[in-house]
Amino acid sequence: MTSSEANWDAIVIGGGHNGLVAAATLAKSGRKVLLLEAGNEVGGAARTEEFAPGFRVSAVAHLLNHLHPDVVKTLELERHGLKVERGDFVPSVALSKDGPLVLHGAYGEVLTGASPSEQSAWKELRAQLLRYAGVLKPFLVRRPPDLAGMSLAEMTGLGRTALALKKLGKEDMRDFLRVLLINVYDLLDEQLSDDRLKGLLAFDATLGSHLGPRSPSSLLGLYYRLAGEIGGLAGAQILPKGGMGAVVAAIRSAAEKAGVSIRKASPVAKVIVEKGRAVGVVTQGGETLRAKSVVSAINPATTILDLVGPREVDTGFVRKVRNIRMKGDAAKLHLALDQPPQFTGVDAAGHKGRLVIAPSPDHVERAFNPSKYGEFSPEPVMEITLPSLTDPMLAPSGACVLSAVVQYAPYALRQGWSAGKPQFLNAIMAQLETYAPGIGATVGHAELLTPADIEARYRMPGGHWHHGELQADQMLMSRPVSGWSGYDTPLEGLFLAGAGSHPGGGVSGAPGLNAARRVIAMRA
Amino acid sequence: MNHHPTVQPSTDRAIAQSHFRTLRLGTPFQPRIDALALKNDWYNWAGYRAPHSLWDEELEYFSIRSQAALFDISPMTKYRIEGPDAEAYLDRVTLRDVTRLKPGRVHYTAWCDDEGFVLDDGTLFRLSPTRFRLCSQERHLPWLLDSAFRFEVSVEEETEAVAGLALQGPTSFAILRDAGFVGVERLKVFDLAEFAHDGATLTISRTGFTGDLGYELFVPAGKALSLWDRLMAAGELRGIRAIGYTALNRARLEAGLIVANADFTTAVHAVRANRLRMPDEIGLGLMVDPEKGHFNGRRAILEARASKKLRHVLVGLEIEGNIPAEHAIVYYRKSQEVGLVSSAMWSPMAKRNIAIASLQRPYGDTIVDDLWVEIYAMRELQYQKLMKRAKVVPRPFIKLDRRTANPPADF
Repeated sequence: MTSSEANWDAIVIGGGHNGLVAAATLAKSGRKVLLLEAGNEVGGAARTEEFAPGFRVSAVAHLLNHLHPDVVKTLELERHGLKVERGDFVPSVALSKDGPLVLHGAYGEVLTGASPSEQSAWKELRAQLLRYAGVLKPFLVRRPPDLAGMSLAEMTGLGRTALALKKLGKEDMRDFLRVLLINVYDLLDEQLSDDRLKGLLAFDATLGSHLGPRSPSSLLGLYYRLAGEIGGLAGAQILPKGGMGAVVAAIRSAAEKAGVSIRKASPVAKVIVEKGRAVGVVTQGGETLRAKSVVSAINPATTILDLVGPREVDTGFVRKVRNIRMKGDAAKLHLALDQPPQFTGVDAAGHKGRLVIAPSPDHVERAFNPSKYGEFSPEPVMEITLPSLTDPMLAPSGACVLSAVVQYAPYALRQGWSAGKPQFLNAIMAQLETYAPGIGATVGHAELLTPADIEARYRMPGGHWHHGELQADQMLMSRPVSGWSGYDTPLEGLFLAGAGSHPGGGVSGAPGLNAARRVIAMRA
Repeated sequence: MNHHPTVQPSTDRAIAQSHFRTLRLGTPFQPRIDALALKNDWYNWAGYRAPHSLWDEELEYFSIRSQAALFDISPMTKYRIEGPDAEAYLDRVTLRDVTRLKPGRVHYTAWCDDEGFVLDDGTLFRLSPTRFRLCSQERHLPWLLDSAFRFEVSVEEETEAVAGLALQGPTSFAILRDAGFVGVERLKVFDLAEFAHDGATLTISRTGFTGDLGYELFVPAGKALSLWDRLMAAGELRGIRAIGYTALNRARLEAGLIVANADFTTAVHAVRANRLRMPDEIGLGLMVDPEKGHFNGRRAILEARASKKLRHVLVGLEIEGNIPAEHAIVYYRKSQEVGLVSSAMWSPMAKRNIAIASLQRPYGDTIVDDLWVEIYAMRELQYQKLMKRAKVVPRPFIKLDRRTANPPADF
């Protein structure tokens, strides 16, 4: 079936949450939008999936701490079933053999389990981190500054950031600039003394990237997290009821309401390019679909190298795209447990929260070291949630789901993941056993997704949930590549809307929203 | 005290690191050229020791125009590009439509970076449907290899492995015929063919950099000296002479041909942003084929054309008087600086004072009247400043019928 008419105003490739946000936003602007999803379900890595009979879990992303308020507002997600209340905020528990330490409310509004002096040091540091992250916050829903040709609006936006920086005051501004690219380890050493707290922050700063706490610029990861908010509070986190799939369901409902046509099981084989312009796509089924613009919400390298093909773009651009670093370093563990586990010293509220095994910054750094050489951490660090305690529908009665993000698990494991995976699972279970004695005996089923598995299952090259390392050299105007950071590409009519674009990954919807706004601004 | 441990490098390593012992390499023809280089007047051509002049600049020039000149082009960068996708690959890399370049043909082309700035110009030889040779001034291997991503093509530098000679001038055809290259008379301009030489394959193309009747010959480096001797023997009575670059440079200027990094700065060499040039800015705009498939720089070039962002233009100038205007500043109405002469000479063939200049548009483009060049002529430690009228004229400055005549004339 071939048609030369542009039947659609926009075709969105990829029904991950960013694709859905972009499609919904475009449809709300009056455009006729078709969304093509390769899998049998939309949601990408933000799906809720059954991994053992009766056990369901958020597939990759399991905590919501980043969904951008503009996305919630633009798509009226509350009307489509997304509910976030203050009571949903869950604490972070830093597990330790010396007993846990708990950050309550929005990223430790109250800290318990630490000495009074550490509590006051934390209060100060937390306020400072949020202040500094706040400076970067306006960037999240804006095109990165285009140094060559900035529009007046962009200039004004950048001016506002400068103003926000100035409003910090002279001392704070100097300090902001001083620590902008510092490593988190040194900053923590300056201000804190409790290893458990430092370990937790070191873990959070490096979560999802190929960095150890001592790697230069590792503090940026913490800013990225704290620039996010949920329910109006920076740093807050929730375990969405129904898993992350429920958040996606709300976005999908908004998209459908806005008139987006969604086709599942329709992987795209090719973006059609005519005279330097993207004019449609060919599906793997051989169907040709034409549109005024094509918005790709999948990986930028996949889009350019596989769907467009290097022949349709310039060598320098291909070079940049091929050089995007995107080798994931995090694995995802799903356990079907016969009964809820008991983490030593943690109360009931803590079990419903985020439990972090990262007892010290040194421990995180040591866990990172082997990954540089293609080996997994023998004593991995991890972030654990027990979502079925909050939402019993996720597990059979009396049983429990454990979901954990585990580091470090280098994508290119030297010995290969088929041999390495059982060994890594043993290492993880040994860690879990230390903090929740007896847990091993209750495991009915274990599913460990290595970056290689995540790559295959969720079409994320390198198994990297940011679709490109989120480090200073791959941020802002260098994301996905320098010169093409504003959601458009060298091909007219082709836009990038996925996590590989600014600001990055996590369930934020910001890249999708920004890209849609760009398409609208271009009148494409 | 600083003690440097004495580590004896292995022999292999010592050989691999011997590059600094010879700072200027010799070409495969060096023994013959050294024997003829009475002036010992060398320059550096891409790391090779090449002669400015061997015995007399003027006579060397006139041997191009009146006899036959033998010029060693071995230092020219050469790439062997081969594979089922070679045509598609080169079509993407270079400006001109390679699908229209037939096997056995050569064309002059150029290639650009993403921003549409010229990386180099050069000649592309189509040796077979799937095998090409790309010759250029600068080295481009990383760019060419990166461009090959997802093309079924191999790109290999063969600068050292292949020796090259230009045989240019009215008697060049007769020399090749007398040397026994049967069938060379069938070569039309920009044709190439393979011949046997000394147990190896020799490629002869009817191409050159002089605007004259002439040929270029490529042979495996090991057969270079026997080829030289064969040509010299055949050409003895037809006035064959080895020449240096100064003579060739004059001939090419008369032919209106530009030289990378002399008449324009290539994109990788340009440090200053306003030195970068798009094809349209150095007279190569006609090579750009927007109708063919995608090629590097297409988007940027078409955008610059559409938004009228082309700032420069390269023109031929005819200047009054007979003093060469080398590197003279070009003025509009004798006062406003609008450009610079990059190459200039008194042309013995055209009997005109000619130059190639880069001007800032609209001068040289829509405004071509009232242009002047200021020549600083050094006369016994004093400059004589000459303000001479310059006229924009088409290139080439000379057109020789013998260059294209078929069959080539037997002088």
